[in-house]
Parts: sequence; structure tokens; C-alpha cells
Amino acid sequence: MSGQTGPVTPAPAPLAYDDEVIRKFVVATIFWGVVGFTVGVLIAFQLAFPALNLDLEWTSFGRLRPVHTSAVIFAFGGNILLATSLYVVQRTSRVSLFGGSATAHVIFWGYQIFIVMAALSYVLGYSQSKEYAEPEWFIDLWLTIVWVIYLVVFAGTILIRKEKHIYVANWFFLAFIVTIAMLHIINNLAVPVSMTGAKSYILWSGVQDAMTQWWYGHNAVGFFLTAGFLGIMYYFIPKQADRPVYSYRLSVVHFWSITFLYIWAGPHHLHYTALPDWTQTLGMTFSVMLWMPSWGGMINGFMTLSGAWDKLRTDPILRFLVTSVGFYGMSTFEGPLMSIKAVNALSHYTDWTIGHVHSGALGWNAFITFGALYYLVPRLWGRERLYSLRLVNTHFWIATMGIVLYISSMWVSGIMQGLMWRTYDQLGFLQYSFIETVEAMHPYYIIRGLGGVLFLLGSLIMVYNLIMTIKGRVRNEAPMGGQVTAPAAAAN
Amino acid sequence: MTLETLYEIARSTWVIWMVMLFVGIVLWAYLPRNKKRFEEDANIIFKDEGNGV
Repeated sequence: MSGQTGPVTPAPAPLAYDDEVIRKFVVATIFWGVVGFTVGVLIAFQLAFPALNLDLEWTSFGRLRPVHTSAVIFAFGGNILLATSLYVVQRTSRVSLFGGSATAHVIFWGYQIFIVMAALSYVLGYSQSKEYAEPEWFIDLWLTIVWVIYLVVFAGTILIRKEKHIYVANWFFLAFIVTIAMLHIINNLAVPVSMTGAKSYILWSGVQDAMTQWWYGHNAVGFFLTAGFLGIMYYFIPKQADRPVYSYRLSVVHFWSITFLYIWAGPHHLHYTALPDWTQTLGMTFSVMLWMPSWGGMINGFMTLSGAWDKLRTDPILRFLVTSVGFYGMSTFEGPLMSIKAVNALSHYTDWTIGHVHSGALGWNAFITFGALYYLVPRLWGRERLYSLRLVNTHFWIATMGIVLYISSMWVSGIMQGLMWRTYDQLGFLQYSFIETVEAMHPYYIIRGLGGVLFLLGSLIMVYNLIMTIKGRVRNEAPMGGQVTAPAAAAN
Repeated sequence: MTLETLYEIARSTWVIWMVMLFVGIVLWAYLPRNKKRFEEDANIIFKDEGNGV
């Protein structure tokens, strides 16, 4: 420590965390978020106005759709998971990263290269045709190497920890890392046609392949978008609310019940297919059982604020975090409902599914990410506070309106679509042709696109706010919550 | 009894082992004498005193 004249003695040997790489992950999260939302808005309007595919193969819906899904899930979601897991594991283990900053930077650059390779391959027309597992074999191998290094750094940091107990957020992060490794490897067991070409064939065929794919696909939701983000919840909500989680014991049960149940829910993606009936029923049953841990977790997140609900009025960051838990509860209520075979008969292959996914992805994943970003940026760049809390508030409301437009239009459109498909006339013929359902959905596609525009707009406000924060600027503004509660207003 | 039949029995009753394991975890979490340690564990996030570099 620089103690030349020091009247102010620094704390004895303060621990130095490796935050350089986390700052990079945070910047990458913000960047890929805006890219992913923008492509999403574009393809939403392509569905309403097909001419927007520009009549070029590279910008056709089929190629841009995986760019959107991979950008928001793996690039935006993946980078925030990497950022928060490596941030949290250091602070709850009270050690710096195992392997040091250099190894962590290998993960960072390796992961960004994976994203760029994947996106380029989609645009150029390469795909395994497996949802959320589109990258071809060589990109899969690359990601496997990067992921194993990530596992070693994360688990290594836990092993050298100075805290006796492993804090629950780390359990969720570890379950996420280990399960994703397993899913990724098994679902991508493919034989390349040649060592110099991108094309490969998957090991299984027919219904076995479909089942493996949806075992992967649903657990990507369960362990990437749920377990990993619950890790974020269990650290950032208590920290931002400045009180421990409502029930740590509930969090233990939450963790193990999610881990025990989620892995079996995949078959609900294959109702009324060649998959054996008992497997479908098994998938449905486990999906319905998931109601319990999901709502247990939601209650745990919400009740952390019990006795401090007033903070929601003055702290828009906490509002982002807590609203995300509300959306988590809502979409994990809707999901099991849709997995019930009778409901699925109506909902499957319709826009209802798209609405459901986005209430989870926008409301839960993106909102908790925004909350974590607003928490992290001032701390990581050593700023006293955010540039503007009022802009966080603006972001919150614009994004919320965007989500409401998105999911309500998709509910109406999806249920209408499902009903039109199954309407018979008095002679027993189908009442509507396919194109009539498409025409009927047109206005809802436009509303959905507008919802996406609002969500993108909100994220741009966040980008501006965070850039100004990094620059060290502070906006001159009235504190949140008005005059009366101003003294209680928590600096972030 | 061969190893194979033993394996068959263990395999066909896996759901029982899993439920027992899970019930064990719940009991462990809610055992009254573990109350204090979990309350302390919940506060780990506030013990952090390091600085980022």
C-alpha cells in the first residue's frame, strides 16, 4: 500500500479481486444486449412485413432468427452470467479468481469468439437445425474448451475459498455451469462430413434425436436461464435491499428441488408426437411439479423485501430486480400450465409459446440483468453512484410497457391462431386455411414489434446512463420518491 | 443373486432413493439446530471487505 505520509491508514491488506475481466464481461453484456434486441425488433417486423427480409438469403428470417436467440440468450445472458458468477464467487469466497486474471481473460475472449463464429455461421447458412444448439461441430468444440476453463476457474475459486460455507448463489452458478457442459456435449455429439467442412450429422435419428434435443433445449431454459439467473437473484437482491435473503433454508430446498426436477421436464416439448405416451406424461408431470420450487423461489425473492417495501418507491434498481422475480413467478406458472397435454394441444406451435418465452426472457432474464448492471457498473468503475436514478426509472417503465405490449399481443394472437386451426365447419372440414390465420395475426405482429421497439429504446437509455456513469458524471436531479421520503432515499 | 439382478432392482427403485435423498436434504435444512448456522450463512454476502482491481 502507498503509505508515504499516510494519515489515513488503509484497511490491513485489503483483498484484491480480479475485476478487470468482469468489467469486460459487463461491457460485452451491454453490447450484445443491444445487438440482440435490435435483431429481434427487425425479425418481428419481418413477420409483419415480409419485404423487410430484403430478398437476400443472409437477412432472411430463417437465418436471422437464430442470430437473435443466440445473441440474447448466449451473448447477452451468457456474458452477464459470466460477469456475475465471477464477481459473486470472489466476494462470497473472499479470494481472487483461481487461475488469475490471465485465465479469466482466456474465457472472455474465447467466449466472444464463440459468439461471433456462431452468428457468422448462421448468416452464412450453416446450422445443425437444433433450436438453441444451431452452431456446427467445430464451434461446439471451441465452446467446450472455453466452458471447461470456466468450470475450472469457478470451481477452483470455490475450492480455495476463505469462507467455510459456500453461499447459495454459488450453488446455482455451479449447477448452471456443470449442467450446461453436460447438455452441450451430449446434444452436440455429431460426426463431421469432412474435417475441413462445416457440415455434420448428429449421432441419433428420429425421435431419439428429438428427445435429446428437447432434453437439452428445456434444460437450457432450466439451467442457463433459470438456475444461473437465480444465482444472480440470491446475491443481488439481498445486496441491493441491504438485508439477507428471507429464508436461507428455503433457498437450500429451492436449489435441490429445482435440480432434482428440471432435468425431467423436456418431453413436454414433444406432446402428441412419435415420443412414447408415458414419456410425454412423465415430462408433463415433472413440469407441473416444478410449480413448487419456482414459487418457493419467487416467495423467497419477494419476502426478502418484507419490512422494506418502501425501498421500491425510491430505488428503481431494486424495482428492476424485484419485478424480474414477479415475471419469474408468472412465466413459471404459465410454463407448467402449457405443459399440460390438453392445454398444449391448443398452445403448441402457436404464438402463445413465443409470448410465454418472452415474458420469461424479457421480464425475468433481461430485467434482473438490467438490475445487476445498474448495481455493478458504479462499483466496478469506482463511481459513487449512477449518473441518474431517474433515467433508470424511465428505462423501467418504457421496458415494462414494451413487455406488456409484447406478451398480451402474443397471447391474443396465439390463442386465436390455435383456435382457428382447430375450427371445423358443419361438414367437418377445417374452417380456415393457413393463410387466413396469418392474415388475422398481422395486427398483433405489429403490436408485438412496437413492444420490441419500446424495450430496445429502454435499453438504449440504459446504455447512455451507464456510459455517463463510467465517465464519472452525475446528473443534477431531484432524488427519487419526492420530498417527503427524500432523506430515506438510499444511494444505490 | 448376481450383480445384474442387483443392478436391476436398484435401477427400478431409483425414484425411492431420490425421494429419500431429497427428504433428507429438507430435514437437514429445517432441523432446528441448524437454524443459527443458516442465518449466519445468509449474511456471508455482507462480510465481503475486499476491493476490486
